[in-house]
Amino acid sequence: MWEVADLIPTKDEWNKALCARHGEDVQKNFSSATVAICGLGGLGSNIAVSLARAGIGKLILIDFDRVDITNLHRQQYKADQIGMYKTEALTENLREITPYISLEIHTERITEENAKTLLIDADIICEAFDSAEAKAMLTEIVLAEMKGKYFVAASGMAGLYDANRIKTRKITSRFYLCGDEESDVSDGIGLVSSRVMVCAAHQAHTVLRILAKQL
Amino acid sequence: MVKINGDELNIAGKTVADYLATTSYDPKRIAVERNGEIVPKAQYRVTVLKDGDSVEIVSFVGGG
Repeated sequence: MWEVADLIPTKDEWNKALCARHGEDVQKNFSSATVAICGLGGLGSNIAVSLARAGIGKLILIDFDRVDITNLHRQQYKADQIGMYKTEALTENLREITPYISLEIHTERITEENAKTLLIDADIICEAFDSAEAKAMLTEIVLAEMKGKYFVAASGMAGLYDANRIKTRKITSRFYLCGDEESDVSDGIGLVSSRVMVCAAHQAHTVLRILAKQL
Repeated sequence: MVKINGDELNIAGKTVADYLATTSYDPKRIAVERNGEIVPKAQYRVTVLKDGDSVEIVSFVGGG
């Protein structure tokens, strides 16, 4: 009898496949990088899936919340994961997609007090919070107190507006902002899966471009 | 002149806090960058804008 696990490629086979896609130099940068994702909702869970597939070496996943039925229309969780901590549910899902990724999870709220400790090992930090105040708080801490880190934030991805309005803008040498910078979640119909995924993809793509030295 | 989000404004000598008070920005939802460096909120009242400064104010909206 064979087991499903027998069909999973070895780590060496996995690395070879990634190198064949991305080239050895780029893949080396991806696989040696540590990226933190702050908030595992519509942005963060989608960023995590993109970066895991691309072969990022290590993800630091941080969220205090549990999977809720209202999350499933846009976040990378499954019906049978309702009630689980997002950190643990996403770990399960990422391990199914890419079994050799290194994951560090923190099931707690990121605050002004603990942010630096939680994020100290990250090369690049993705801001994927829901609240505008929390976005501004983390931006200030990372850029003022964690010099040397790259910071990729998001603002404005709600509604059914044109997806082409979502852009990536370079604010400083280490600060990139993705989104349309206008459409607030509290106006209109809220968040729609495809438009949130566009913004999350902008963030993940910015991370990969930084690591590939394309920015 | 001070450049704020691309607009040249005659506000040299004012602090960041002085300028923000004339706008509708919610200070809890913004990040202020001046000449490539972030200005922490605690420094708004003591950061004096100088002629030639380039300032970018990022105003976050909710959703994620």
